[in-house]
Amino acid sequence: MTAAIGRPLDRVDGRAKVTGAGRYSAEIALPGLAHAVLVTSRVPSGRVELIDTYDAERAEGVLAVLHHLNLPKGGSVPPLLPSLFGGPASGQTFFPMQDEVIHYAGQHLAMVVAETLDQAEHAARLVRVTCRETASVTTVEQGRDRAYEAEKIFAGFIPGRVARGDVAAALDRAQVTVENTYHCAANHHNPIECSATTAVWEGDRLTLYDATQGPNATLHTVAELLNVMPSHIRVVTDHVGGSFGCKAMIWDHPALAALAARAVHRPVRLALSREQMFSSVGHREEQEQHLTLGADRDGRLTAIRHHKLSPTSHFDDWAEPSLGVASQMYACPNYEGVYRLIKANTMTPTFTRCPGEASGMFVMETAMDELAAKLDLDPLELRLRNYAENEPMSGHPWSSKGLRDCYRRGAELARWSERDPRPGVTRDGNWLLGWGMASSGYPVTPPGNPQRARARIFADGSAVVQSSFSDIGTGSATAMTQVAADGLGVPLERMRVQYGDSDLPNTAAAVGSAGAGMVSAAVHIAATALRDQLIAQAVADEHSPLHGADPAQVVVSDGRMALRDRPDTGETYAELLQRAMMADAEALGTWIPPGLDTPYGTMTFGAQFAQVAVDPELGLCRVRQLIGVFDPGRVLNRKTAHSQLMGGMLWGMSHALLEGTIMGPDGRWANASLGEYLVPVNADAPDVVIETIETVDTVVNPLGVKGVGEVGMVGTAAAIANAIWHATGRRHHRLPITVEDLL
Amino acid sequence: MRPVSYSRVSDVATAIATVAADPTSAYLAGGTTKIDMLRIYAEPSQRLVDINSLPIDHIEVQPDGAVRIGGLARMNDVALAPVVVDRFPVLSEALLLGASAQLRNMASMGGNMMQRVRCSYFRDAEARCNKREPGTGCGAIGGVNRGHAVLGTSPHCIATHPSDAAVALVALDAMIHVQNAAGHHAIAADDFFLLPGDTPEREHPLNHGDLITAIEVPPLAAARNSLYLKVRDRESYEFALASAACALTVEDGTVAEVRLALGGVATKPWRARAAEHLLRGAPATRETFARAAAAELAGAVPQPMNAFKVELAQRTIIRALETLTARGAVS
Repeated sequence: MTAAIGRPLDRVDGRAKVTGAGRYSAEIALPGLAHAVLVTSRVPSGRVELIDTYDAERAEGVLAVLHHLNLPKGGSVPPLLPSLFGGPASGQTFFPMQDEVIHYAGQHLAMVVAETLDQAEHAARLVRVTCRETASVTTVEQGRDRAYEAEKIFAGFIPGRVARGDVAAALDRAQVTVENTYHCAANHHNPIECSATTAVWEGDRLTLYDATQGPNATLHTVAELLNVMPSHIRVVTDHVGGSFGCKAMIWDHPALAALAARAVHRPVRLALSREQMFSSVGHREEQEQHLTLGADRDGRLTAIRHHKLSPTSHFDDWAEPSLGVASQMYACPNYEGVYRLIKANTMTPTFTRCPGEASGMFVMETAMDELAAKLDLDPLELRLRNYAENEPMSGHPWSSKGLRDCYRRGAELARWSERDPRPGVTRDGNWLLGWGMASSGYPVTPPGNPQRARARIFADGSAVVQSSFSDIGTGSATAMTQVAADGLGVPLERMRVQYGDSDLPNTAAAVGSAGAGMVSAAVHIAATALRDQLIAQAVADEHSPLHGADPAQVVVSDGRMALRDRPDTGETYAELLQRAMMADAEALGTWIPPGLDTPYGTMTFGAQFAQVAVDPELGLCRVRQLIGVFDPGRVLNRKTAHSQLMGGMLWGMSHALLEGTIMGPDGRWANASLGEYLVPVNADAPDVVIETIETVDTVVNPLGVKGVGEVGMVGTAAAIANAIWHATGRRHHRLPITVEDLL
Repeated sequence: MRPVSYSRVSDVATAIATVAADPTSAYLAGGTTKIDMLRIYAEPSQRLVDINSLPIDHIEVQPDGAVRIGGLARMNDVALAPVVVDRFPVLSEALLLGASAQLRNMASMGGNMMQRVRCSYFRDAEARCNKREPGTGCGAIGGVNRGHAVLGTSPHCIATHPSDAAVALVALDAMIHVQNAAGHHAIAADDFFLLPGDTPEREHPLNHGDLITAIEVPPLAAARNSLYLKVRDRESYEFALASAACALTVEDGTVAEVRLALGGVATKPWRARAAEHLLRGAPATRETFARAAAAELAGAVPQPMNAFKVELAQRTIIRALETLTARGAVS
């Protein structure tokens, strides 16, 4: 069956992207297109006293200036539900321009619509907003004394407190403990494509060209926000230039674009500026974590106490689930995890690649390294002694787990046993060298609704598979072409996958590393359903060489059905269809995902190793090598999977050493640009070695795909921080680790 | 973007006459700063006069060994010119460690001398900034100031001068050649950059319409043993936290000639004269280097977020001098 699946096929959309022929949502050319630009709040808290639009309205090309006094009211704000559930997925339960209250800096206060983008930008500068500023809280430090324990977080899906056993007693009895407070800076996603929506009304029907991880998430959310029937909305997403979570939930700009288009009776494009991307589409929240590990002298964990404190918005209790994977990685009888929140003047934080896993596992895995050092144990040996044979929180078996092989292979590639384990002793000129490792893991979460695809074959044997998913740059369209070709049994060049359109069969948003698993399930089921339908037709057709055969004995390859044990007996799909005078045939595939109560632990595991060079005199840290070995289940396309894992690992490096959004004393993000919010450049990228361990998983989905979208980033920061300790003998508990920390 | 008007000129005299005649006009060379400033509204609307076709982009060796670099020579062309690589490695390295390859292909040397500071308060058209709007105050003092200056600051401005190339040029005693309607004159690089003092809005001793036609780097034997050491958060497309442009000759274990300038820590490309004074004639040892570095930073005025720069700058100086001492001993 696997002629195409797994091959390192080039991207089907690659040529369109590199030649510029592919159109992104802010590049859709439409007759009469007008441009909207947002005016945002400079203060983090207060009230709008006056919006003076006199000059803006009279500026050249201006069609409308919309704000809370004249913006038509629509429907209601849907609840905060992850877009993986397939329904409305508002990024926050607040919709702007409805009243004069300012909740956070960067809040959208007004929208200028003009003939050209330059005219709209200029007029937006002419809108004068007078605010009465009130006291604000925007950081952990400012809000520490008003923190509260959350009842539930993560849109209500995760309890604020989880406990097993008796942590206090176990810590009292522990022979060794490690206890530290950790701090992680806020992060922003910074995809290369800023979010954008182009909205077109035709009567009461709305088309949105939207940069989104889920065309259906946009559809359902906008339907509720505007009180428009979902049947009357179509969302098209041809290409997306990266997302990393900022396009996972639906923020206010698609609905605002639609409102603007309705106000000026023309198509309107609303594209966020880079600066606006820092306060319009969520962020990874600043966070403080406190972790205590208890262990016996042999290094067996007896207690884990893991608390998190972070700011959320005034309207939603959100924290990325930093305690999740960290609580599932090791066998430990006593556990306590608590989320504490601070109501702050920020927008609701959101999914940011490895939401919680990256920060939580930085904390857990640096603590494990510290514990290993205290016990004089090899850090890898400590992990093996605490290997979780079952999922520790539920006791359920794992659906698949290749972590032991990941550790073993990673250690081999890193020549782990050859290093001098003593810290601060290995030198290369001015550089101190260090090696570090960490465990990695990312949960496999099923979507909340059935996933669908439609397969259609034409009389010439060419085929198309349709499904609504968007390819956010991961290569999913390419991988799905491979899945579809194998499922139907046709060559790749005769298969096209059509995607990125809510009019196509429904899928949830491609989020949570779940896209490949859930869409491949629907595509596989549709393609094999069509295959089975055509085989059934052939065996029932007295003119077919396969007439009367047992359908189970018919196999298909290269578009030809044949008997398994007599390959000469058979015919092509095209012959079958043409004889029957059928122009085409089609089948719908529906995958009903397993429920959240499936009695298995489901996770993609991995092991990460890092080699760093630290120049302590100049405070420089250069990562020389990253090694990652993962067990992602079936790999659909080796090339795009490798790229996904590499991108994750490099972001993990960036999380460790570069990225941090700084909150200024004025309550605004102080480095809201790609010049000042640092992401790595090519020159920072080390040698990256990636391998995957083949694991068969029959639980997660039909093809056993666990996902590669995020796991590459989990543990990287810890492996690097541990390597820095090995190089210098110094522990670092704050991310990012920068020059002043290393001096 | 601010509304602008645009015209193109092809000779120096017309360029100067056109800009001088209109106080709202400005030269447009590579545009790598100017267009940004207009897009973010940090500069007022302007009549842009494109000078990219003026014949002032050559790199020439003068009879006395000086190198004359046209004001419109591109950063990358200068960095890779054999005469610069060979005789003034410090300048080549400073250029190559600046900006990104794409920017270096566009940005002119004259524009590099005129580039505006990266202070986020200066670049935020609505923030307080004495440089952009004199008298409004300084947002960086008491604000987010990790990247700001510790040397040459005033109560009115602490913005760091962003150029790497200018640091090398100040160390090399380069001359900035300027032309205007009245004629031509040259300004020593060290004098070309003004301290903010009470007038942070005034960055250069230039009048409206003055045009940088060339930068002349005088011959300096010591420059063959020179380097630019830049400490920054990432490996490319990033400004210095601290940098040192340094040329050194050691004879019999004693510093015979030294040039030292600092970047990333000062409001102008910072010629380290106090350090140079202590170094000349002193033994080329780490102790001397540390003493010189400490003397240079003695007057530093750190902010809460950039106090580490005082130490980092000293270590950068020491590393640069040690590296050149070791290199000089080998060659």
